[in-house]
Amino acid sequence: MAKRESSFVNMVVTLLVITSVASFLLATVYNFTKEPIALAREAMRMEAIAQVVPAFDRLESKRFQSYDGGDSLQFNFAYSGEELVGVAVETYTTSGWSGLITAMVGFLPDGRIVDVVHLHHRETPGLGDKIEKAKSDWSNQFRGIDPRTTDLRVTQDGGDIDAITAATITARAYTEAIQRAFNTLEENFLNEQEGLTQ
Amino acid sequence: MKQLQNFTKGIIKENPVYILLLGLCPALGVTTSAINGLGMGIATTFVLLGSNIVVSLIKDLIPAKVRIPSFIVIIASFVTIVQLTMEAYLPDLFASLGLFIPLIVVNCLVLGRAEAFASKNTTLSSIIDALGMGLGFALALVLLGGLREILGSYSLFGYKFIPGDGMLVFVLAPGAFIGMAYLIVLFNYLKKKTS
Repeated sequence: MAKRESSFVNMVVTLLVITSVASFLLATVYNFTKEPIALAREAMRMEAIAQVVPAFDRLESKRFQSYDGGDSLQFNFAYSGEELVGVAVETYTTSGWSGLITAMVGFLPDGRIVDVVHLHHRETPGLGDKIEKAKSDWSNQFRGIDPRTTDLRVTQDGGDIDAITAATITARAYTEAIQRAFNTLEENFLNEQEGLTQ
Repeated sequence: MKQLQNFTKGIIKENPVYILLLGLCPALGVTTSAINGLGMGIATTFVLLGSNIVVSLIKDLIPAKVRIPSFIVIIASFVTIVQLTMEAYLPDLFASLGLFIPLIVVNCLVLGRAEAFASKNTTLSSIIDALGMGLGFALALVLLGGLREILGSYSLFGYKFIPGDGMLVFVLAPGAFIGMAYLIVLFNYLKKKTS
């Protein structure tokens, strides 16, 4: 086979052409898939919101800084007509077994938890992934609890939440993420609301 | 006949994972369940097919000294295309596999076939080689993933047949090595028997 000689000019030109064609191709694909990707992500977020707050017909999103000064959390206020029916908080923790875990926590306007679903995690399959609703009903224990009266820590740490067998670190992290959502909600919303009614 | 052999060699005789021992990183990493193995196998087959076709088409235009960087750019482009397309149109599959897609770039199977086969053969042979190797790789991953899922979670393709948690070691990394070792033994036995 007649290969081209490995002269300096040949090599530079070949690499230049290949990388240019590759970047052009990738840019095209990126532009083409940008919208569907954004839509798919938005659909996943909406699905998660719908799972954790009562039926609503209007959403208002606003970002608040986490109570401890960390990254801001997105609050999705769900309205049915003019009445606020719930708040879905997109929360996170970085202390999972494999780092970042994000979750959507739904609260009633009085601060009680409706439900919690995970959005993204990289926990160990078969152990830590029991935080997923599809894998285990473990996360159902958060339904209906009031974080002001329930100690949001795993039982090993003296709290009221049952940990996952062989995945205590994941359970602890997930619980911490929920606590973060509640504390931020309390600071930015519940306290203000009390101020209004008093 | 020769092309048929070219296609079937990837299944047992030159199975990429168990005989050639290529692409072990994704083979050990993603095979916690059979469905993960299947998804990774299909994604890799697509990349393999694309890179083999392009490499066999432009093999005469690439100077020998820069062939490896050229191949890597081609492979990485295909991987990114797979990643973007999957996230856009198959978000559910992407949610479980997305993390592993960039790993295909460093899969020595893809570069290995580009270097060892596509750069020396015709486009048709390269397509058949890619399909055969991809099938062998997917089969290998489904086997290992299925084995680990059955023993580790008592389920297969997500269908649970015995209640309970299973042997956790098979879900974790050591189980991948144990399962792979036994499958390497099995495939070498099969290879000896068929040849």
